[in-house]
Amino acid sequence: MNEIGLGHYLSLGAIIFFLGIIGIFLNRKNVIVILMSVELILLAVNINLISFSIFSGDILGQIFTMLILTVAAAEAAIGLAIIVIYYRNKGSIRVEDIHGMKG
Amino acid sequence: MINNLNILLPEIFLSISIFITLMAGVFIKKSFNIIFNLTIIILIITFVVIFNTDNSVEKIFSNSFIKDPFSNFFKLLILVSSLFVLNSSKVFIINNKLDKFEYPIIILISILGMFFMLSSNDLILFYLGLELQSLALYILASIDRDNLRSTESGIKYFVLSALSSGLLLYGCSLLYGFAGSTNFEVIENQLTKENTGAIFAMVFILVGLAFKISAVPFHMWTPDVYEGSPTPITSFFAVVPKVAGFAVLIRFMLNPFSNVLLEWQSIIIFISIASMILGAVAAISQKNIKRLLAYSSIGHIGYALAGIATGDLSGYKSAIVYITIYVVMNIGAFSCLYFMKKDGSYKESISDLSGISYKHPLLSASFLIILFSLAGIPPLGGFFAKFYVFSSVIENEMYTLAIIGLLTTVISAFYYLKIIKTIYFEEKKLSFDKTKDLRVSGTIFISCVFIISFFLYPAFLNDVVNSIFIN
Repeated sequence: MNEIGLGHYLSLGAIIFFLGIIGIFLNRKNVIVILMSVELILLAVNINLISFSIFSGDILGQIFTMLILTVAAAEAAIGLAIIVIYYRNKGSIRVEDIHGMKG
Repeated sequence: MINNLNILLPEIFLSISIFITLMAGVFIKKSFNIIFNLTIIILIITFVVIFNTDNSVEKIFSNSFIKDPFSNFFKLLILVSSLFVLNSSKVFIINNKLDKFEYPIIILISILGMFFMLSSNDLILFYLGLELQSLALYILASIDRDNLRSTESGIKYFVLSALSSGLLLYGCSLLYGFAGSTNFEVIENQLTKENTGAIFAMVFILVGLAFKISAVPFHMWTPDVYEGSPTPITSFFAVVPKVAGFAVLIRFMLNPFSNVLLEWQSIIIFISIASMILGAVAAISQKNIKRLLAYSSIGHIGYALAGIATGDLSGYKSAIVYITIYVVMNIGAFSCLYFMKKDGSYKESISDLSGISYKHPLLSASFLIILFSLAGIPPLGGFFAKFYVFSSVIENEMYTLAIIGLLTTVISAFYYLKIIKTIYFEEKKLSFDKTKDLRVSGTIFISCVFIISFFLYPAFLNDVVNSIFIN
C-alpha cells in the first residue's frame, strides 16, 4: 500500500500554489479573483510549512504558519480597502479596465 | 536576556511613538501640523539613538534579531533619507489637500518594518518585517484616494507585490524544509550545492527581493506606481524601500547563501544586465518626468547589482557606495519637481520644462547638476559611484558585464542630456509660479553640494562603508 508521506503533502502544496499563480495571470474579469488567488498562494505555503514541521518534528514551522495567517488577513483587509476606493473613482473593478497609465 | 533589551531600543522607541502619534492624531483636531513635526522629531531622536550604539555584533531572541554595524549603517541611511523626503514634501502635501495625519505615521510604520527586515537573522522575522513594510507601502501608494491614478497605482502595486511576497514565502517554506531551520546561520551550514531543493528555494526568494528593488524582469509596477502616486510618495518609493531591499539582498549573500554563491551570482548577473539595458532604452521615449525617473531608477539598480554580482567584499562595498549616492541624487531630483507648479497645479511633463532657464536660473542649475550626476559625468558624485562599481567588476574579470554597463551608461546619457537641452536651448513655453519653500530648496541645496563636493574627499564615504564590514 502507498502510505501518505511528505511528498504527497508537498505536491498538494505545489499544485495549490501554481493554481494561485495561474489564477492571477489568466484572470481577466475581476480583481476580487486576484485577491482570492493570493490567498490561495499563502495557504499553499502553509500546507508546505506544516507538513515540513510535522515530518521533521520541529515546532517552528507551525509558529510561522500562525504568523502567516495573521499577515494574510491584514493583506486581504488592505487589498479590499484599495479595491473599494478604486471602485468609487472608476465605477468598475474589471481587470481589463485598469489601464489608465501606459508606456 | 532581559538586560539585552536595550539592543532593541530604536525599534521599541519607534513602535511606542507610532502608538502615541496615532492616538494624538485621533484626539486632536486639525492635527496634521503637530503630527508632522512630531514625526520629524521622532526620526531625529531615533537617528541619535542608533548613532550612539557601539559597533559590537549582538544577537537576541534565540539568534533571530541581530544588531551589527551593517544594519546600523542602513538604518541611519533610511532615517536620513526619509527625513529629507518627508521634510521637503510638506508644502506639496498641503497644497494637494493630502494633509491627513496618517501620512507621516504610515511612513513611520514602514520604517519600522524596514528596521526589523534589516536586523533579521531568521526567516520568520525577515518575512514579518517585509510584510509590515509592504502593507504600509500599499496604503501610501493609494493615499490620494479621490484620484483615479493614485488608486490605480495602489491596486497595481498591491496585486504585484502580494504575488511577489507569495513567491518569496514559498521559497522561505522550501528553505525551512530543506535546511531544517529558519535561522540564517543554520541555513548557511546546511546549504550546499548538493541540496537542490534549497537552491530551488533560493531562486524564489531572489524573485521576491528583486521585485522590492524593482529589478528587471520584476519591474512592471515601477513606472505606473511612480507616475500615479503623488510626488512625495514617489520620492519615498524611489529611495527608502530600495535601500532596505538592497541591504537585505547583501545580507542574504553574506550570510545564508554564502556557500552557494556561484548559482546565485549567475542569476544576479542576468538581472543586472537586463535592468541596465531596459533602464537605458525604455526611458528614451518617455514624456512624463516621473515615469522617466522610474526607468532611470531601474537602470541605476542594475548598476548597483553589478557590484553585488561580483560576489566579493569589495564589490558589495562599491554597491553600498553606489546606493548611497543614488539616494542623494534621487532626493534632489524629486525635490526639483516640487517647483514645477503653474497656477496652483503641479506639472509633470518634460515639455513643460522648455526654456525655463531664463526665468528660473537656480532651478535649472540644480536640474543640470543632478541630471549630469545621474548620467555619470565627472567630476560629480554619480561618476564616482559608477567608477567604483565598474572597477570592482573589472577586478573580478567580468568583462561582459562591464562592457554592457558602460554602453548603457552612454545610451542613458542621451535622455538625461535631452532634458537639459529642453531646459536651456528650447523656446520658453511657460514660467512656473514664484514659490518660496525653504524646506525644498534646502534639500536641493544639500543634495547638490554633496554631489559637487564628493570628489574633494571621496575617501570619507569609503571609510564609512569599510568600517561596517569589520567582522
